Amino acid sequence: MTLSITMTVNGDRLALTLDDPRTTLLDLLRDRVGLTGTKKGCDRGQCGACTVLVDGRRINSCLALAAAHDGSDITTVEGLAQGDDLHPVQAAFIAQDGFQCGYCTPGQIMSAVALIAEGEAGDDPERIREGMSGNICRCAAYAGITDAVREATRRMQQDERRSA
Amino acid sequence: MTPFEFIRPATLAEAVAAGAEPDSRYLAGGTNLLDLMKLGVAVPRRLIDISRLPGLDRIEAQPDGGLRIGAMVRNSDLARDPAVLRGHPAVAEALLSGASAQLRNAATVGGNLLQQTRCPYFQDPAAACNRRDPGAGCEAIGGVTRGHAVLGWTETCIATHASDFCVPLAALDARVEIAGPGGTREVGMAELHPLPDEDSAGNPAIRPGEVLTALVLPPGSDAFAGHSRYVKLRERTSFAFAVVSAAAMLDMDGGTIRAGRLALGGVAARPWRVAEAEALLAGQAPDAELFDRVAGVLTEGAHPSGQNGFKIALARRIAVRALVAAAAGTPARMPALPGSVFASEGDLTHV
Repeated sequence: MTLSITMTVNGDRLALTLDDPRTTLLDLLRDRVGLTGTKKGCDRGQCGACTVLVDGRRINSCLALAAAHDGSDITTVEGLAQGDDLHPVQAAFIAQDGFQCGYCTPGQIMSAVALIAEGEAGDDPERIREGMSGNICRCAAYAGITDAVREATRRMQQDERRSA
Repeated sequence: MTPFEFIRPATLAEAVAAGAEPDSRYLAGGTNLLDLMKLGVAVPRRLIDISRLPGLDRIEAQPDGGLRIGAMVRNSDLARDPAVLRGHPAVAEALLSGASAQLRNAATVGGNLLQQTRCPYFQDPAAACNRRDPGAGCEAIGGVTRGHAVLGWTETCIATHASDFCVPLAALDARVEIAGPGGTREVGMAELHPLPDEDSAGNPAIRPGEVLTALVLPPGSDAFAGHSRYVKLRERTSFAFAVVSAAAMLDMDGGTIRAGRLALGGVAARPWRVAEAEALLAGQAPDAELFDRVAGVLTEGAHPSGQNGFKIALARRIAVRALVAAAAGTPARMPALPGSVFASEGDLTHV
């Protein structure tokens, strides 16, 4: 069966046909839309490498059927930077050594962007670690990841105050 | 995944009609079902997407004081709902102790209530399993059974219920509404989650063509709000299923317990409650010796289904620990590590 869906991906409105309803949102983004920043790790919702924002909320795109997200607004790691200007979370991951091999990093960054937007962890490292527990890092760059999320949180709060 | 047809009905009536067709499954958040489909455990021919059915995503205070929660409410939204945090804080704590933020954003209330066991033999299509294939036998028995049941199991099935959320729900006498071809019926948590017996393996009691539409927290269940905790022991600090867990709730009248509720998770095919254990709490002052006696009655008859005898002592201790935490009072703010025995807040002490 063929299904027609529309999706907004990083601000671009796309009309897509699905030849196979088994297509996950992750496979659609990587194989059809050509955005390979979102990674396939476990493909079972356990590692978080596939984390994207759907209508502003972080989810595991490997456990989401593309067909079930007709009309959704998706943000992937490719949608964060403004040209050459990195998103504060991306900049903080570089500044704080929040990765080693980098495979989990797009998922970590998308998860951190959502965590900061959720506004419940603040600057508390324990709440950040808990809020980031859906993202596994096999290089165990956790200390740098926590520092990066703290730094980005502070910077984004400052930017908000400045623009207010 | 094996191929399937994808259907999105516009109304509940259409969904009920579609679900009655053979080999159909309802899709909500998909966090359990898609995983089972990838494993080859669930092989539906038709997938019926009910995630956007109108009217199932609301949380509504009822005129009688109860709280009605639509089945498509996401776990994260429910855990942040002011009425839940205020009136049923152990429900929010249990939700936040489960899975990850990403999964909680996708997973629904209905999906959580109808989720399948994480028994590795159930999840392995090559293993014999009475839950998947009634009469096939249970390959878990005699296998690797650290995580399996110590209460209410039979030779038919030794699996445990995986949900954290359902543990305080059971303690609160929550009920669910189920729409089906013959109209709507309402069942309690124990009826929804039957224990295994000689003939059946204890799958959720929902029939083809039935849609779980709402969860109802009964009127008066917010009486426990000031003294409600969920405590969960797991093999890593976060994002892990319970080895054992407990929800404890006390309705306090000064220094005296007016009524208490207590349910264990991770020990049986459903959250485990014993009325006689809870009755011991009424009219008493919170006290370590009393709590130990209550936990003893709660775990009476527990016996290993394999390599899991250690869970009996752990279950007894986690029940005491949850009661101690509940007696100390619901924290003003959700703990940084919800449900954790390693929480830095409060004065949880080892027992």
